[in-house]
Amino acid sequence: MASPFLLAAAGQVGGDFFKERTSDTLPCQAQPDHVFCFDWAKENIDRYGTPTVQHLEIVVLSVVIGFAVAFALAVLAHRRRRLQPPLLAATGVLYTIPSIAFFFLLLPLTGFGRDTAIIVLAAYTLQIIYRNTILGLANVPDAVKDAARGMGLTERQILWRVELPLAIPEIVAGLRVAVVSTIAIATLVVFINAGGLGTQMYGSGNLTFPTSIIIAAAIVMTMALAFDLVLLTVQRLTTPWRRVRPA
Amino acid sequence: MNTLPLASFAGAIEFIFTPQDSNVTGGNKVGGFDKSLELVLKHLEVTALALAIALIVALPLGLYLGHRGKGELFAVGFGNAGRAIPELAVIALVAVLIGVGLKTVAPALAILGIAPILVNTYVGVRQVEPATVEAARGMGMSELSIIRRVELPLAIPTVMGGIRSAAIVILATATIAPLAGVETLGDFIINRNVYGENGLLAGAILVALLALAIEGSLALLQRRLTSDGLKVKTA
Amino acid sequence: MRTDQTRMRVLLAALAALALTLGVAACGSSDDSTTSGSTESGGEAGAIQSNPANGKVSLTIGSKNFPEQEILGEIYAQALTAAGYKVKSALNLGSETVALKAVKTGQISGYPEYASTALTSFFGLEPEEVPADGAEAWEKANAEFEKEGLEAFEPTPFASANAVGTTKETAEKYGLKTVSDLDGVSEELSLYGSPECPQRIDCKLGLEELYGLKFKSFTPVDIGLRYTVLEKGQADLSILFTTDPQLSAESDKFVILEDDKEVFPAGNVIFVTKKSVAEKAGPDYEKTILQVQEGLDLKVMQELDARVELEKETPKQAAAAYLESAGYVGG
Repeated sequence: MASPFLLAAAGQVGGDFFKERTSDTLPCQAQPDHVFCFDWAKENIDRYGTPTVQHLEIVVLSVVIGFAVAFALAVLAHRRRRLQPPLLAATGVLYTIPSIAFFFLLLPLTGFGRDTAIIVLAAYTLQIIYRNTILGLANVPDAVKDAARGMGLTERQILWRVELPLAIPEIVAGLRVAVVSTIAIATLVVFINAGGLGTQMYGSGNLTFPTSIIIAAAIVMTMALAFDLVLLTVQRLTTPWRRVRPA
Repeated sequence: MNTLPLASFAGAIEFIFTPQDSNVTGGNKVGGFDKSLELVLKHLEVTALALAIALIVALPLGLYLGHRGKGELFAVGFGNAGRAIPELAVIALVAVLIGVGLKTVAPALAILGIAPILVNTYVGVRQVEPATVEAARGMGMSELSIIRRVELPLAIPTVMGGIRSAAIVILATATIAPLAGVETLGDFIINRNVYGENGLLAGAILVALLALAIEGSLALLQRRLTSDGLKVKTA
Repeated sequence: MRTDQTRMRVLLAALAALALTLGVAACGSSDDSTTSGSTESGGEAGAIQSNPANGKVSLTIGSKNFPEQEILGEIYAQALTAAGYKVKSALNLGSETVALKAVKTGQISGYPEYASTALTSFFGLEPEEVPADGAEAWEKANAEFEKEGLEAFEPTPFASANAVGTTKETAEKYGLKTVSDLDGVSEELSLYGSPECPQRIDCKLGLEELYGLKFKSFTPVDIGLRYTVLEKGQADLSILFTTDPQLSAESDKFVILEDDKEVFPAGNVIFVTKKSVAEKAGPDYEKTILQVQEGLDLKVMQELDARVELEKETPKQAAAAYLESAGYVGG
């Protein structure tokens, strides 16, 4: 071992800085077969605050952006049928490319950090939202559209006042899937230094720590469940007249 | 990154085909076609194995439940819950609690694939017209035959959709399998130190291409398996 | 069809779950500023003085991606903050090539590096050419860094090295005391290490080329699992670090084999930064870093590693406790 390079007056820590540790006296979190350490969890729960907020921010931004883009594309393609197959294929490609690969594909362009994360996550939601919007609009019965035309509404008015409101349940169903998926996948943004709850599952030794992984996963899934239920309620409240198919 | 984007991609393509120098290897070269191919195959191997396990578990279960019309809450709930499971947590927990290596990682990946296959199989079978099933029963077909020759063929588009989803999520998660002792294309991505920026990008490109290839193949398979009468609506 | 009552219940459940999530988020948005209660503040090193002139300088402190590195990064970052600088941290960057690039491109101001890693990884020295003396190693590394417009500050008291480790049972079973003892035995043993280990000259590659060892198998695992795989009986041999807390806390379970051919050079930590950054930051930059690392001898570093790796404190907490206990930062 190299000889220590000592300066003259070294700083000394206080005598009670050191703790005695032996195999038998290790706390729960240091022991190998711990699955969940309640004491540690209670004391350190505030560690999860900032990552949770980061996670939420990234998810909300991604879904909002993804929705805006997908919705606009769907409205565009609803009238121009020829655009539908290429758009479906394009959004499909963005969906198929695994997020973790996508993050790094963008590296030369946008580097590490939140921006890359949001771009990739938003791209991931495009297909489901686009497809469901198109489907929802397509499912509007012709009879209803004819009646509206008969009442003198313009095509644009029909779209915004008749077709879209009727398509809402389908759109919300797609949004549900998008939100739940994004919440889960956003754990991966830790790999591009964008924070989130993934930081409590991997990174600086957290991979060895079941309690932390379990807590972080529980928060992710609770978040997903919460959003899912809220959106499900919205979906059901907007379709009292139709039986809702499973998403 | 100060390099131009195009230059980076060019560097990555070069990495895939010709071995490169690396700082930490004491002069040995890294990357190149052989290594790239090796990892692509390893990645496919893990994905195929996990997908097979998921199919064996979820397909029969989904068919049975769908045929009997039972357990809608279970099947659908499982599907929704499955989408919410963070993949990183699954890999991490398996690595820490159970062990590393293919024997533990493959089942863990399979778990992620079970949910979409189960849900889609269930829904696909449920959506078969009851009249058709009744007609088959009327003709004297056994329950098993009905599942095999009536419900499954009619449910193929939806079932295959589930299989495609499962394949993609398994393939994606296999990218972080090197953390748990299984060598896959994720190696290029996770070991930036050894493989460099070019390797990182190369890994990402290969994973993306592999995913598109698998998706494309399964889509073709779906088309082949779908009987002509069903090929009316676009997917 | 759901009744209104059921709908309300569903909505309430959803809102409750949402509230729970947001509660956790709100609960912890504040920084965890707890320090472990060491009442005696130590010796004569003296507290870091805050210099208002430093407030104009922004620094970003980086680190590599394992606990010991992050603790060091945090110590430097917190110390520089106490000296009045505006400090951001970018810890957990990755391995040394990534960290060095970050310094060169200006993404970070500097980061702590091991002199041995710098010499073998950046400057192409063979492991046996790395000087055993910490001061010599630093001078050699610094000379090379200067050629690229960088500089390395003087080293820490403690040094760390890679090591081949195993369980006490395995060591006793095969009579292993040094790495050379593995000759003839290693073909039956499985080796576990970081994913980059097979290609690193200070890891498996060195064991193969310089010790002439062959292993039954190699499995890549995350650095954080290096003891878990030994515990679970999956690994016969694992790559460990000489500063690992488990080696003292669980010394009845784990043992490292002596590196008799000196393939794993020990490295003191030297802070690597750009010359121009140091000049712009003023004299307090180097002064603070050297001052605050004086207390980092092997025992202290192991204690800090223990707090993070065993008790699962955050590097930030451990660093704060160290700075306070040694009297660098007022408690």
